[in-house]
Parts: sequence; C-alpha cells; structure tokens
Amino acid sequence: MIRVEKLTVRAGSFLLNEVSFEIATGEYAVLMGRTGSGKTTTLEAICGLRPAESGRIQLNGEDVTRLSPAARALGYVPQDRALFHSMSVRENLAFGLNVRRTDENVIAERIDQLAELLGIRALLDRRPQHLSGGEAQRVALGRALAIEPRVLCLDEPLSALDDDTRDDMHELLRSIHQRTRATILHVTHHVADAQKLADKLLVLRNGRVEESNPRG
Amino acid sequence: MDQANSRAAAPRTSDWPFFASFAVLGGAYVALIVAMVLADIFFTSPRHIFQALASPEIRYAIRLSLISCSITAMLSLLVAIPLGYLLARCEFRGRAFIEAVLDIPIVLPPLVVGLSLLILFQLKLGGASLETRLTQIGFPVTYQIPAVVLAQFAVSAAFAVRTMRVSFEQLNPRAEQVALTLGCTRAQAFWRVALPEARRGVLTAATLAWARALGEFGPILVFAGTTRMRTEVLSTTVFLELSVGKIEAAVAVSLLMIAAAALVLALMRLFGSEAKFNRASRP
Repeated sequence: MIRVEKLTVRAGSFLLNEVSFEIATGEYAVLMGRTGSGKTTTLEAICGLRPAESGRIQLNGEDVTRLSPAARALGYVPQDRALFHSMSVRENLAFGLNVRRTDENVIAERIDQLAELLGIRALLDRRPQHLSGGEAQRVALGRALAIEPRVLCLDEPLSALDDDTRDDMHELLRSIHQRTRATILHVTHHVADAQKLADKLLVLRNGRVEESNPRG
Repeated sequence: MDQANSRAAAPRTSDWPFFASFAVLGGAYVALIVAMVLADIFFTSPRHIFQALASPEIRYAIRLSLISCSITAMLSLLVAIPLGYLLARCEFRGRAFIEAVLDIPIVLPPLVVGLSLLILFQLKLGGASLETRLTQIGFPVTYQIPAVVLAQFAVSAAFAVRTMRVSFEQLNPRAEQVALTLGCTRAQAFWRVALPEARRGVLTAATLAWARALGEFGPILVFAGTTRMRTEVLSTTVFLELSVGKIEAAVAVSLLMIAAAALVLALMRLFGSEAKFNRASRP
C-alpha cells in the first residue's frame, strides 16, 4: 500500500504542493501527467530520494516520510535505468542482496529465478554497455525485484523503446505483477501503458492528483 | 525566379581549405614539441647518457624523483577523491570559495608556491616556528626530503582534484540513488558504485599528479633547496648541471625525464585502453 498525504516537495524552483493519493496493496497504479507536472518528483519523494517539506508518506501502513531510501526497502527503476557499468548483469542483479549479506546460495537461486522470469539468462555475464534498450530495461527491473520489494516504483520504464519491445514489456510487467503481487506505481505519459496495465489511473494536473478511468 | 533560386542546390565548395588551415595551425604546435625533443636527442649521445647514469648524484636524483613523485601521486589521490566527489555531488555554502582556492596552486607562479611554503613553516606558533616544533619531534621538513614531496604535492594535488571532479561529474548520479534504494548507505554507494565507475579517472588523476610532480622545480628550489645527495631531484639536476656549464649532462638528464614521462603516459594509455578493450571484448 502507498498512501501519500498532503505531500509538499521542492525540486529546485519546482514545488509540488500538498499532493494526496492512495494505492491499495497489490494494485497496479499508473500516474500520468504532462512533462513538468511533478510525476518524477512525486516518485522520488516516495523512494526517499527527495526530502518532503511537509506531509506524510506511508508504505504498507508504516510512516516512512523521514526514513532513508535504504530503510524503505522498495524497488526503484529510474527512467534512464542507471545500471551499474562496472558490474556484469549478474552482479547488477545480485547487488541489493549482496548489500544485505544474503547467503551466496540464496543469491544464486534468486538470480536464476529472475533470469527465467525476465528472459535474460543469456545476458548474465555481459556488461550493461552492450545491452539493447529493452534488455537494459529488463535488467533494471530484475535488479529492483531481486530484493523482493512489496512496493515497486517505475519511472517511465517503457520510454525510448520501439513498439514491439513495448508490447513485450507490457506482457512482462503484467506477469511480474501477477507473480509478485507487489504494489506498483508506474509513472508514464503514454496512454497505452495505462490502458494495458493499470488497475488504477492517477492523473497529476495543476498540482492535484485526480483518479480517472484507466480504460476510458 | 527567386523561388527557383531558393530551390537550387547550395554552391559546391570544397571542404579541404577548412581542414588544411586547421591542420597547419594545429600541426605547428605538434611540430614545435617534436622539434624540441629531437633537438635534445641530436644534441646528446649515448655516451653522455651513460655518463649521467654513472654519476652517483644523478642516480640519487633519479631514485628520489621516482619515490617522491609516487608518494605525491598517492597523497594527491587521497585528497582529490573526497574533494572531487564533494564538489561534483554536493551543494554547500562556500563552494565557490573552495573552487577559487583550488585554482590558486594552478595559477600561482611556482616560485611563489615554494616561498609560501617556506614562510608557512617559519610561522611562529606560541614562541617557536612550525619548523622548529617539527624538528623537536624528529620530523624536520624545510630543506629536507619531506619538503620535496610537499612542494610537489602542493601543486600536483590541484590537478588531481580537477580530474577527479570531472570524472565524478560525468557519472550518472542516478546509479548511486538506485544503490541507496537497494539498501546502501551513502558511503556504501560511493565505495561500491561511484568509485569503481570512476576508476579510469582515478588512474588519470594519479598519472597527471605523478607527471606534474616530476616536472616541478620552482617550489622545490625554494622550499627544499638543491643540496646534492639530499634534496636533488631530476628537475634540480638539470638546473645544477646547467649552472656549472655542463650542458651535455643537463640535456642527458632532460632526456631521461622525457623518457620517464613518456613511459608513465604510455602505461596509463595501456591500462585505460585495456579496461576499454576488456569491456568491448566481452560477448
């Protein structure tokens, strides 16, 4: 569950003022809005990457407003993927688990499951520099999913992908949602993403979040 | 008619005058550098170089140069990595002031750097100078080997800081943010993500600091002196040999310095391109 209450965040000269919305546990929510409307700022505040000036953020009932990003234990996929270039795909996937000092065998097993789920088994020993856009997106998703987050935040995950790859990724995101039942917040400006994926459509307009019909 | 003209193709002119003029202007500088090195090579002979290498004073200077430059390069990294990272990643009060301070060693005349160090160590601290206090605890600096390292470090570190700052600025800060969401503290994100991604910058900064230190002369002359078999490094050797009219020896040592600098630059290229090669050669 993600609950945002009267959240105010400043990002440079941009001010996100008293935004409120709620996403139920296990729901796939798509947040839409024009460029510059504050979608990414909202997402970053939920992830703990931007401090809230006022208001509250709750994840699964816990107030995380003042917690560090690490303590929030959510999955984050940024728009530019930001894969770790000094590591192989396998090391990227294992990163969050290594930080948590997870047992080696558990890590190997988890990577195996993720490689299967995301169809990236052949890429495991490659470097991120040699991946296509779609492949890099799958790896970024896998890296976030490896820590088994209850909340997943996706920032424009399908931008810069060609139409065929987008369709594949829609399928993949749907199957990930079905398997993990994680609460997902997906930021996009593509209507098709909302139509194909959203249980709930949120629109950020003039500084307010309104709920809309995803199939409408 | 006008419409027809506007639709006509732009007149075909050749691009070669543009490239030729740029090549001539740029090439003039390259030619100057090559000519200087060639002049040194033709002026000297293998006999002069072997004579220079046989001299115990020059052998000492070579050893001290190699050791002091390596220590300087390491010390420079020690300050350049944290400082470069903070300047690249953090907004804080007084940042512009710190940036201006960091430019001082780069724009200041080298002799002034040496003089300033000399004055600093003569500064009175509760009745005795800093140098006296250091001598009392058995660590004299002025006119000793530590002064050579400090004189080199004072200038070289500024170049290393610039290099590290640019390296960190070129890295995507998002990668560190993702690391934070995956459970890292800022320190873990730095050690696990930022620093490995900046490793080529680290290598470049170290090499640059090393090469700057090798060429440093003014601050060493003033702060460490030019005592043979004590504070003599290769740059001071050139000066000392020249001052007693032994121009052949001065040129021979200059060639040794050119060779050392070329070797270090080549090693850096090799490591740099090896890393690139490794990345490129992966399936």
